[in-house]
Amino acid sequence: MSDAVLDTLTRQEYPHGFVTDIDTDVIPAGLSEDVVRLISNKKGEPEWLLDWRLKAYRHWLTMVEPKWARVTYPPIDYQKIVYYAAPRSSKEGAPKSLADVEPELLAMYEKLGVPLKEREILAGVAVDAVIDSVSVATTFKEKLASVGIIFCSFSEAVREHPDLVKKYLGSVVPSSDNFFAALNSAVFSDGSFCFIPKGVRCPMELSTYFRINQADTGQFERTLIVAEQGAVVSYLEGCTAPKRDTNQLHAAVVELVALDDAQIKYSTVQNWYPGDREGKGGIYNFVTKRGKCAGRNSRISWTQVETGSAITWKYPSCILLGDGSVGAFYSVALTNNYQQADTGTKMIHIGKNTRSTIVSKGISAGHGQNTYRGAVTIMKNAEGARNYSQCDSLLIGDQCGAHTFPYIEVKNSSATLEHEASTSKIGEDQLFYCRQRGLSAEDAVSLIVNGFAKRVLKELPMEFAVEAQKLLGVSLEGSVG
Amino acid sequence: MNLLEITNLHASIEEDGHEILKGIDLVIRPGEVHALMGPNGSGKSTLAHVLSGRPGYVVTQGSARFLGMDLLAMPAEMRAREGIFLAFQYPVEIPGVSNTYFLRTAVNTVRKHRGQPELDAIDFLALLDEKAKLVEMEETLLNRSVNEGFSGGEKKRNEVLQMAVLDPKLAILDETDSGLDIDALRVAASGVNALRDGARGMLVITHYQRLLDYIIPDFVHVLSDGKIVKSGDKNLAKELEAKGYSWIEKEPPATASAVAGAAAR
Repeated sequence: MSDAVLDTLTRQEYPHGFVTDIDTDVIPAGLSEDVVRLISNKKGEPEWLLDWRLKAYRHWLTMVEPKWARVTYPPIDYQKIVYYAAPRSSKEGAPKSLADVEPELLAMYEKLGVPLKEREILAGVAVDAVIDSVSVATTFKEKLASVGIIFCSFSEAVREHPDLVKKYLGSVVPSSDNFFAALNSAVFSDGSFCFIPKGVRCPMELSTYFRINQADTGQFERTLIVAEQGAVVSYLEGCTAPKRDTNQLHAAVVELVALDDAQIKYSTVQNWYPGDREGKGGIYNFVTKRGKCAGRNSRISWTQVETGSAITWKYPSCILLGDGSVGAFYSVALTNNYQQADTGTKMIHIGKNTRSTIVSKGISAGHGQNTYRGAVTIMKNAEGARNYSQCDSLLIGDQCGAHTFPYIEVKNSSATLEHEASTSKIGEDQLFYCRQRGLSAEDAVSLIVNGFAKRVLKELPMEFAVEAQKLLGVSLEGSVG
Repeated sequence: MNLLEITNLHASIEEDGHEILKGIDLVIRPGEVHALMGPNGSGKSTLAHVLSGRPGYVVTQGSARFLGMDLLAMPAEMRAREGIFLAFQYPVEIPGVSNTYFLRTAVNTVRKHRGQPELDAIDFLALLDEKAKLVEMEETLLNRSVNEGFSGGEKKRNEVLQMAVLDPKLAILDETDSGLDIDALRVAASGVNALRDGARGMLVITHYQRLLDYIIPDFVHVLSDGKIVKSGDKNLAKELEAKGYSWIEKEPPATASAVAGAAAR
């Protein structure tokens, strides 16, 4: 683009980049069977879980890091990563109530805008707060328990509900699934567990707020959500991390299980530290998310707004096993400066009359590289399966890139698939039109981008849609001079 | 005070340095409607772009003052907030952004700049409703994305609607008649006429005389090769229609600028 307006790329400071000074229990860097045992021991886990971890670890040793994604980064030294860090106060196990949570931690979450004091919450959102390797607080537990819902840290679930964990852990993402999932299975430290019993509609939004605080620490959390017959739940996760010059690894696993007629709506607003303007630092976000529509007419939808991380590698997917089950993937991925994102979904149609919808909106600015990678697979017995895919890319400036790799595999001739794709550029014309009506260049970009992403943003729970809109604006601030 | 005062304005295309405007002099006082005519490539749209601050042009000589302010030193959005409105020849589409939301954002940005309180949704809709009637705009178009899927006529009416809502001090209409059939032209023109109020200045750029049957100008200027070569009253447009632009191009420019000067005074 000829104009100077789009050439000058600067960036607003990442607002969540502070470090909180808390006394932290950190184990030495490095990975071995002993480290896996140490983590399991610190968490006081039962024998079966240690065995599960060790099996995953031994399998991981035989695997190689995947290289097919359209992202480049220097080799990761897995022996330089710290695999466990916990605020000292939670050394003896998670605090019993909010009163036991360290004031510094409460202050940190307050600064991040995450409300942990229940009485202050108007919208009625239950929060599980995870810092580094452990969950430090979960709100509204009692209220949820009164309708039979279990919402707690993963560690607590292992202690209090071992049968449920044993039944569903690894049932959607096996420990040998892929390199990063295997690593997570070996060293995962905490995360959220959520169980909605038969026929219960969860009365409030559930959310987990992930925060990396400690330097050189990897974050490896697992989330497991099970919705029994006819249960309905909406779940949201948010993520931030301090600004650091070094890259930090985040390799999470999320498993969703929906039984007959159950519905799970999973929304993510991912704002890990993206690195600075020159591409220094930032989180490596290698995440495996998968949902299994195990029952008839069950529904799982993934909505993600990905604005952070130096590298994003994630493909929230749906296995549409039950007849008549429905999967959806709505995504906005934004890359600015030197961020790289390779993200998309897999829709695997196994049951009859299964349906899936994919709407992907990629926004690239600065030197950002944005890739949509998706697969739609229609298996042999998936009579009457349908898929609709839409992949749109928006470019801001002339140094960035957008790439689309849609894979389609159809083994049943009764399937209907539609695919639409477009690439557009925020032109000088659009910008000038807005500015001629009085809008600043930055407000104009924010308006155009939000219009572009609207179809996805409206899938977010109301309370978070507004936040996500602002986040898109902030992440692009300074992308036009 | 003069609304707009352009003196010896020279401007070139930034990319290749090609000079388009070669010394424009023009004065618009409050309430006056000036028509700017001229053959293709004479610089009509370039003048509209330079006055409204579109990137891509370099002013090499001369000045433009708007209500005494140095217009050329202001970024495009400041010019808009101070009251310059450009009705685009080719209005731009903004997918996913509703027309109503866009306009309300613009109005409140301008109001904020003027120190007026922002309009809430209810007050804004009342204003929009009133102005939409001026250009016979259907409600469905207000809720659609900005200009997306609009016909040529709908886009131009939308420009006039935006002008009515934003209430500018100086409106520049860049070939608002181009691509319009006679009915659409009538609707757009009557919208513009409703906004003539003795205070607002207008610069109506057109290639054809027919728009000026509906919007009767106080002054007509003819632009040729980057200069105003002839100025007069509404009859000049009719004379042009009869004789064609080649008639003007043969005239010596010195006489023309003397007339333009007289018209300005």
